[in-house]
Amino acid sequence: MLAILDYGAGNQTSVRRALDFVGVPSVVTADPEEIFRSQGLIFPGVGAAGQAMRHLRATGLDRTLADWVAQGRPLLGLCLGCQILLEHSEENDTPTLGLIPGRSRRFDPALREEDGAPIAIPHMGWNALRRRRPSPLFAGIAPEAEFYFVHGYYVEVAPEYELAVTYYGREFCSVLGRDGLWATQFHVEKSGPAGLRLLANFCRYCGERADAE
Amino acid sequence: MLSKRIIPCLDVRDGRLTKGIRFEGNADIGDPVESARRYYEQGADEIVFYDITASHEKRGIFLEVVEKVASAIAIPFSVGGGIAGVKDMRAALMAGAEKVSVNSAAVLNPCLIAEGAEAFGSQAVVLGMDVLAVPVSASVPSGYEVVIHGGRRRMGLDALDWARQAVELGAGEICVNSIDADGTREGYELKLTRLVAEAVRVPVIASGGAGEPRHLLEALTQGRASAALIASIVHYGEYSIAQLKAYLQAQGCKVRPVS
Repeated sequence: MLAILDYGAGNQTSVRRALDFVGVPSVVTADPEEIFRSQGLIFPGVGAAGQAMRHLRATGLDRTLADWVAQGRPLLGLCLGCQILLEHSEENDTPTLGLIPGRSRRFDPALREEDGAPIAIPHMGWNALRRRRPSPLFAGIAPEAEFYFVHGYYVEVAPEYELAVTYYGREFCSVLGRDGLWATQFHVEKSGPAGLRLLANFCRYCGERADAE
Repeated sequence: MLSKRIIPCLDVRDGRLTKGIRFEGNADIGDPVESARRYYEQGADEIVFYDITASHEKRGIFLEVVEKVASAIAIPFSVGGGIAGVKDMRAALMAGAEKVSVNSAAVLNPCLIAEGAEAFGSQAVVLGMDVLAVPVSASVPSGYEVVIHGGRRRMGLDALDWARQAVELGAGEICVNSIDADGTREGYELKLTRLVAEAVRVPVIASGGAGEPRHLLEALTQGRASAALIASIVHYGEYSIAQLKAYLQAQGCKVRPVS
């Protein structure tokens, strides 16, 4: 069983449907006990960083997430969930969870696409990854596979956390983390078969880790 | 760099798929959920559903279709037709859509765009506009006029002015549908598409007129569209989306590879 963190962020139902797709049972929950009974936690998110952080602090879920990561249990952050794992977001100048060193920055509207056209913000649509480091998340996914992005801010992390980058007006980190603590800037739940495969890879890691204990 | 998107459009009436020519003579051509699944498997980048149900009472049937579609595909999809307020938008998004498309209701009440963007973010609000080529006039300097109610009512509103205004209000994308080209299969209205794409900085989706693969290429290059909406070119099995993408890729147009 996987837990999907319910903090009013919007796309938890899509994530649950995607897990149904890959045949993994899941529960959308804000209950710490239920979360700690699961093999792995997915931290979804759409919307603004400031509002999301207020909700997490008000409900104490910020501490649940910190405890989860401190215990070394598997976590996958998605989109806004990816950004909030870092230390700070330029969106609403918000201090965020600080579970991974790094920050979220606004795309500069003066940036241009590779064909010279000014970039539209948010970065919305299908884009490819350039892998920086191996990760079990990438197992069985073609190097040219594309994923679905919707975001107006991008993340910057230390190179040792940078697993893949994407180009949109500039290069930015699109998959980050280390074994068991991962996040993607794109929406795996809306990225077709490649996204589902990445999700299934995370689920498999969670299952194997639970079996090993 | 972003890939150009190929977006099949499914018109749904009373829970069934239909396709009309110049907005008239719709015929039942199948189950929307099965079609959505097929297009997803063929490599569609997104899917659009328009509810063209005449009666308001049958709105629930459409939302049931939306929920079934959300469980059948793992790509974004948008929903339009009959979206008149934030309540309708929320119902469509809760049923599993990523985006809602507003058209006539936004022309009559532009605040609808701002309210939707405020509540759900610009990325969730697509402005659909139906456009007719008309003689240039003081109120329609571009020669392209916005029409509403399925093309039946002219508004004296210039398409480019409306596009700029809608983006200002918070529309995250604009789908430009040419009434003149719709259903003809003779190609998109390239000049209109390009004018709108150059007038705004949000993605523009070309709509109406796709009958051959080269029409898509034209819209995505000459028309400067970010995405091409397609209907009859795939609905009758003449081309698959994978074939259209293979063609576009061979012509040097960046599309998401079909896995």
